Amino acid sequence: MADASDLKEPGRRDFLYIATGAFGALGVGVAVWPLIDQMNPDASVKALASIEVDISSVGEGESLTVNWRGKPVFIRHRTAEEIQASVDTPLSELKDPQTDAERAEKPEWLIMVGVCTHLGCIPLGEAGEYNGWFCPCHNSAYDTAGRIRKGPAPTNMEIPEYEFLSDTKIKIG
Amino acid sequence: MSGHSTYVPKSDAGKWLEERLPIISLMHSAAVSMPNPRNLNYWWVFGGIAMFMLIVQIVTGIILAMHYTPHADMAFNSVEHIMRDVNWGWLLRYTHANGASMFFVAVYIHILRGMYYGSYKAPREVLWLLGMLIYLLMMATGFMGYVLPWGQMSFWGATVITNFFEVVPFIGDDIRTLLWGGFAVDNPTLNRFFSLHYLLPFVILGVVVLHIWALHVPGSNNPLGIEPKTKQDTMSFHPYFTMKDLYAIVLFAIILFYFVFFNPNFMGHPDNYIPANSLVTPAHIVPEWYYLPFYAIVRAIPDKALGVAGMFGAILIMFVVPWLDTSKVRSAKFRPAYRIFFWIFVVNGLLLGYLGQVNTTDDFLGIHGVTNLIISRIGTIYYFGFFVVILPVLGLIEKTKPLPNSISEAVLGVEGAAEEAAELAAAEAKA
Amino acid sequence: MNNLKQNITSIVQKTAIALLVVTSVSGSALAAGGSIEGAPEPAHIDWSWAGVFGTFDRAQLQRGYQVYKEVCANCHAMDLVKFRNLSEPGGPEFSEAAVKALAAEYEIEDGPDAEGEMFMRPREPKDAMPAPFDNNNAAAASNGGALPPDLSLIAKARGHFSFKDMFMGRDGLTGGSNYIYNLLMGYEEDVPEYILAHDEHTNKLGKEADPDFTEEHFELGDSSFNNFYEGYKIAMSQPLDDDSVEYTDGTAATLAQQAEDVSSFLIWAAEPKMEIRKSIGIKVLLYLIILAGLMYAVKRRIWENVRH
Repeated sequence: MADASDLKEPGRRDFLYIATGAFGALGVGVAVWPLIDQMNPDASVKALASIEVDISSVGEGESLTVNWRGKPVFIRHRTAEEIQASVDTPLSELKDPQTDAERAEKPEWLIMVGVCTHLGCIPLGEAGEYNGWFCPCHNSAYDTAGRIRKGPAPTNMEIPEYEFLSDTKIKIG
Repeated sequence: MSGHSTYVPKSDAGKWLEERLPIISLMHSAAVSMPNPRNLNYWWVFGGIAMFMLIVQIVTGIILAMHYTPHADMAFNSVEHIMRDVNWGWLLRYTHANGASMFFVAVYIHILRGMYYGSYKAPREVLWLLGMLIYLLMMATGFMGYVLPWGQMSFWGATVITNFFEVVPFIGDDIRTLLWGGFAVDNPTLNRFFSLHYLLPFVILGVVVLHIWALHVPGSNNPLGIEPKTKQDTMSFHPYFTMKDLYAIVLFAIILFYFVFFNPNFMGHPDNYIPANSLVTPAHIVPEWYYLPFYAIVRAIPDKALGVAGMFGAILIMFVVPWLDTSKVRSAKFRPAYRIFFWIFVVNGLLLGYLGQVNTTDDFLGIHGVTNLIISRIGTIYYFGFFVVILPVLGLIEKTKPLPNSISEAVLGVEGAAEEAAELAAAEAKA
Repeated sequence: MNNLKQNITSIVQKTAIALLVVTSVSGSALAAGGSIEGAPEPAHIDWSWAGVFGTFDRAQLQRGYQVYKEVCANCHAMDLVKFRNLSEPGGPEFSEAAVKALAAEYEIEDGPDAEGEMFMRPREPKDAMPAPFDNNNAAAASNGGALPPDLSLIAKARGHFSFKDMFMGRDGLTGGSNYIYNLLMGYEEDVPEYILAHDEHTNKLGKEADPDFTEEHFELGDSSFNNFYEGYKIAMSQPLDDDSVEYTDGTAATLAQQAEDVSSFLIWAAEPKMEIRKSIGIKVLLYLIILAGLMYAVKRRIWENVRH
């Protein structure tokens, strides 16, 4: 207590309180992160985040639906007419303009998350005004490239990340 | 709580709320303006620490429940899922498991402090009763929590404890079946334990509010055990005691997190990493350390029914301590004989804790011919003797030391207190 | 201020006394467990991961996995460990491609497929280590009635802590790895002399024969003798010997080397988050110690004009 007068100087006193308060608040802030981050997908969920699908058995004009991250993924082996119909559509007619090439890496394979972008229902295939997909919930109609054409849905159906491991095998996610 | 508040709302919104629900002034009186004896020592910080631990347990517990599966087939693996896969799951579970132990450490010290300084005496009996109720609820919560990982110790601990209820006359068997929801500890038991383990901490929280309320009516006891008389004897809770408590909480957290990060299984039992198996009993069934003294008592008594009665009696007798102690003087500071018996009681408790986890037939500390059982019996006799003989008799015959006139006189000396009183009066007059 | 100091000193003293009582009592209890005269002392290995800053030796974990895979896995399952764990940080840290290849060595039943049939497919990193038997009963039946325990948590299930380890700053997990190491090293072909001598000795003293040490007890039958197994009779025959595996990294596969490697591997299998736990722990404790210092200064500053 020899330097008691020194300690009583207001500036230094305030500094100590502010520094301690800030340092404590920093710790509380960091400690909160694990409490929140634990709700993010855990390691076992992430391990299932990508799947490999064998598409050799899907003939032209046929579709396959697989479960990926708890959602259906449509894998559609499109016919030449379907591709043509999509390519011929002028972008000006589209609500969410995307070319057919942007929708499908290989034109004959359309791979997309089969969830209507309106409110999350699952659309029916080869149905609706554009012979693409049709969502029965609120009448959203998609074309043969899964692009929104009519109805309340705001955007095209989502294209997941995928790559062709070989001609007959794709990796989604 | 009981009108210590000096809170005056400054803003219009504050005034508006104050007229409708005076919650801010309530909290202000509880945590800011509450006058506390100026001479509280560091043994008084454990109430705040216990409160901190309760919050840690509730927060980590709610989170663990998001990932845990209360089913006999899946519980064990879901705990390991938490440990291996859930983000920070290992940290949350280890904090919860070690936090339970450290919560008990804090509460045991808190209780012993109350016993040393006579904090349970009039007018603080209800405060003590509520505290004991919290302790009882903690025991139940801790026990059911230990069952949830569904390891070998979980299962067999649950089996042993629930079998205690068989000794209830006439309906013991029915009570046991009711607790189990079957004919042995099984999935229904696990499910109800999970439900209650989730519920009880909130009940504890409610009783803690009552406990604090009951504290605010008479105010804190203090190391001298005499009531504050003047303003000079007390200081406001904030900032003096808030900062002291926070400092102590940080120190306590260092110990907690040493265990969490560097020896997380120290206070657990290895057998609980073996999935529950109803066909194989572990060689030694040992409860969590915080029940060990009571486990030693149940094993010290040869008759099953009496043993169980002894164990529950050992807890329940704590409830009536305020009426067993006949001494007019609160603090052991002025009770030289009580002080000795008190420390023997503490050592005896530690000894019973040790005896609760060893083979009763083995020699005590390797001393030939003296079994652990004999020592357990002596320890049990002292435990009960302390409450039913020493506390009532000592109060009548003990020659106590003279009590000081006031807290400030004891702290500052007679002259110092007068000097400070004059200073205060002058300052007030000036204002 | 003086009063405060006195209070703190007395608290420290009393706490120290209480702690001493507890530790000395518990310490002697551990020692009192007692071994027989002439019995070999269990080894205490200086594990690379045991200290506060300790980390696993990746090469050792990879070798340990090899021992597990080629020897232990013939009888013991490891359900809780997934192949993907082998490439996660803080473990053996195989490359992801290597893990994929390791997993694909085994098959797993999946399905049903579109026709409703179950089918076999190669294991993927997300799958668990393969179990050698379909269920516990099959495992016990194939092993003379003794169920080979799952090894996922064995290092923690056998790991008794000691106060000594704690005061030496060592991890409580060393109890488990020392146990496994000694068990693997503790096999004897015949019942050793010290056991038989102990038997005679107790008889000579005229004490009641310890039922564990009567002669028929050591008719080993199908069991083996192990110096460090409780009761000395173990159903598992000696699993490892010199050169039971051939290490790909050129390390000489002595029995001791293999035992050490697989013990470390099993510690990792039981506690895969040990490294991150310790590295975060150091930061948390440092933070708390600094915060405690600051809080102490704040508390002192607030109380400096109050005599109490």
